[in-house]
Amino acid sequence: MTLIKPTRRGVIQAGALAGAGIAMPTILTAESHAGYRNAPQGSSVTLGFNVPQSGPYADEGADELRAYELAVEHLNGEGDGGMMNTFMANGSKAALKGNGILGKKVEFVTGDTQTKSDAARASAKSMIEKDGAIMITGGSSSGVAVAVQGLCQEAGVIFMAGLTHSNDTTGKDKKANGFRHFFNGYMSAAALAPVLEKMYGKDRKAYHLTADYTWGWTQQESIAAATEAKGWETVKNVLTPLATTDFSSYVAPVLNSGADVLVLNHYGGNMVNSLTSAVQFGLRDKQVNGKNFEIVVPLYSRLMARGAGENVKGIFGSTNWHWSLQDEASKAFVKSFGTKYGFPPSQAAHTCYVQTLLYANAAETAGTFNPCGIAEVLEGLQFDGMGNGPTEYRADDHQCFKDVLVVKGKDNPTSEFDLLEVVEVTPRAQVEYAPDHPMFAGGDLGQCNPGA
Amino acid sequence: MDAILLQILNGLDKGSAYALIALGLTLIFGTLGVVNFAHGALFMIGAFCAVTLQKILTISSVSIDPEKKDFLGNPMEVKTPYVESWFGEATGQLIINWSVPLAILFAIPVMLAVGYIMERGLIKHFYKRPHADQILVTFGLAIVIQEIVKHYYGANPIPTPAPDALRGSFDFGVLLGFDPNAVIYPLWRLVYFAFSALVIGGVFAFLQFTTFGMVVRAGMADRETVGLLGINIDRRFTLTFGIAAAVAGLAGVMYTPINSPNYHMGMDFLVLSFVVVVVGGMGSLPGAVLAGFLLGILESFAAMNEVKSFFEAIYLPSIDQIIIYLVAIIVLLTRPRGLMGRRGVMEE
Repeated sequence: MTLIKPTRRGVIQAGALAGAGIAMPTILTAESHAGYRNAPQGSSVTLGFNVPQSGPYADEGADELRAYELAVEHLNGEGDGGMMNTFMANGSKAALKGNGILGKKVEFVTGDTQTKSDAARASAKSMIEKDGAIMITGGSSSGVAVAVQGLCQEAGVIFMAGLTHSNDTTGKDKKANGFRHFFNGYMSAAALAPVLEKMYGKDRKAYHLTADYTWGWTQQESIAAATEAKGWETVKNVLTPLATTDFSSYVAPVLNSGADVLVLNHYGGNMVNSLTSAVQFGLRDKQVNGKNFEIVVPLYSRLMARGAGENVKGIFGSTNWHWSLQDEASKAFVKSFGTKYGFPPSQAAHTCYVQTLLYANAAETAGTFNPCGIAEVLEGLQFDGMGNGPTEYRADDHQCFKDVLVVKGKDNPTSEFDLLEVVEVTPRAQVEYAPDHPMFAGGDLGQCNPGA
Repeated sequence: MDAILLQILNGLDKGSAYALIALGLTLIFGTLGVVNFAHGALFMIGAFCAVTLQKILTISSVSIDPEKKDFLGNPMEVKTPYVESWFGEATGQLIINWSVPLAILFAIPVMLAVGYIMERGLIKHFYKRPHADQILVTFGLAIVIQEIVKHYYGANPIPTPAPDALRGSFDFGVLLGFDPNAVIYPLWRLVYFAFSALVIGGVFAFLQFTTFGMVVRAGMADRETVGLLGINIDRRFTLTFGIAAAVAGLAGVMYTPINSPNYHMGMDFLVLSFVVVVVGGMGSLPGAVLAGFLLGILESFAAMNEVKSFFEAIYLPSIDQIIIYLVAIIVLLTRPRGLMGRRGVMEE
């Protein structure tokens, strides 16, 4: 019997062979054949829903998740189909057949963003790397959206943003793999300013309280510019820390500032608390410069508005979508969602549902899950029947352009959901801007990254 | 001048909440030697007592109104609260309208019970453990309570308005000779300040003028000797925990019309209240109250535009966010025991 004596050279050669062997499956996987990350294996495809399941926006996140589950049901041919029945893409009926996406059953995993950028990135990373999610979607904060969008760009998966309203998401932080259906601060301002001028006149002095983070800054910049263009004067802009709960110290100086309008660039809990403080300080009963003092909330959330109770009555703002719209698509979605859950969907739920169908349709049209193939279909896509009228996914910045709703807190609500009334549907042309508009400048879409 | 007066009022108002929470924290620390990080959760439970009572008072019978349609176009369900059916519409609405003040009566027994269960069920097992263990277990408890409340009540703020008669604002400036409308202050915030002063006065009177209070004070000074005199100091301390919980709870109940309560509100106050306790002096009840009002006023002044601009000019931006911690550092550097701290507390 001959024993093979181990030599240094032999060990190195064996090691090299073993290393090559271990590396082989990675090189020869279907993923690499397909040329993109997390190419679906077998008969199903996994989507990653990254929503706030804990933290202050957990209720909004829960509504997003409901919408995603409904969208998955509809894609897999269950339920009444919702907006799949009304969805038109580039003038024809959408390519969705109710048999999943590209014949693969849609499955999903969920992550908790906690409305924190680092937690949101970690959960998205886990869904991409461990669960093989082919697309990430969701979120209820611009800080989170920008962070997760960046991660998806690096990882090579598509990011279909949820509720994010900062100009930066499709402005200086835009990415080729990221797409936003929701509107933004500029659009809110462009839609609101003419209505504010009509209601409150040209000669107004506005005092701004602004949440001190990306969304607040861009929202304030947008609404200040739009109202100043109508003749208003911006008396003061005060940045308030995001963690503020008692706004009395910030509201009190408004009383004798000479301003006759208070603009609250706050969202969620901040909005509920600052609006409550402003009303408690009697601002709405005040007369300044011979005019009634007015309060404006540029971005409304019906879910959050409930927290402010009666204080929202008569206050103007904007919203991406509202369940009371009477177009066939909105009615179909409200019926589908309301029947399943017992209450109407929020604007966050709407945008998430729409984003899922848009992604699925793009994959069907492209005939692949390759992010670059999907991005190619989404870029410049003209679609309708999704609750916002004719809409375009602009290729230059991956921002959807559509009509914007100006709303007002309803004076006589008939139910707990009936908080806002649509006072104007502002046409797309009025809220559109050039891709190189200064408020959106500084970023680079870059190249689509398929991740392999 | 009017702006300064407004910020003093704001500070007193914020300070009221800080002082009430810090008072309870100090009572617990002084008697039981426990650093209770779940105290903010007790404030939040108090607030949710108001929410719960509001929900109980609005439990309704449901009838169908075929004339009205719901959001799906089906005949709408009309809800009539039972209290309106039982006591008549006007009286029923009045009861619902006054649900927050009524919640005080509801919260006192609830909070005493919560405090008793918390102390007997969990915290007593940590008396002889290091402060780090106490902080960990009470912080963990706070998170558990927070998640339970979120599970049942959701994450969104729940509006709990003040009674109609106490809503709106009051022209405080006229009383002091200012022009009309120069110093307008929300009525309910004035009520909150008055209520806090009453509770703080009540706690001090209770400790000063009752036998129970005398024993508790003696126990805070020298637990062992009081025990040797044959007094069951542990039982009294357990009750003191209940009282501290009730004080935090009442602060929470009355706070609900100021900011709609949510599950996280306890945590928002917790850290600041600890700073208040440390600045006031660990174990000093008057110190906690004094520091509560002092830091509340400082925080309000720091939010003034002029003050922020001044500090920005000397390279200290966002002074409104750091003022309390800055003052805490200065106080601890110059008076390590805090403003009114006692010798020997946390100094072994």
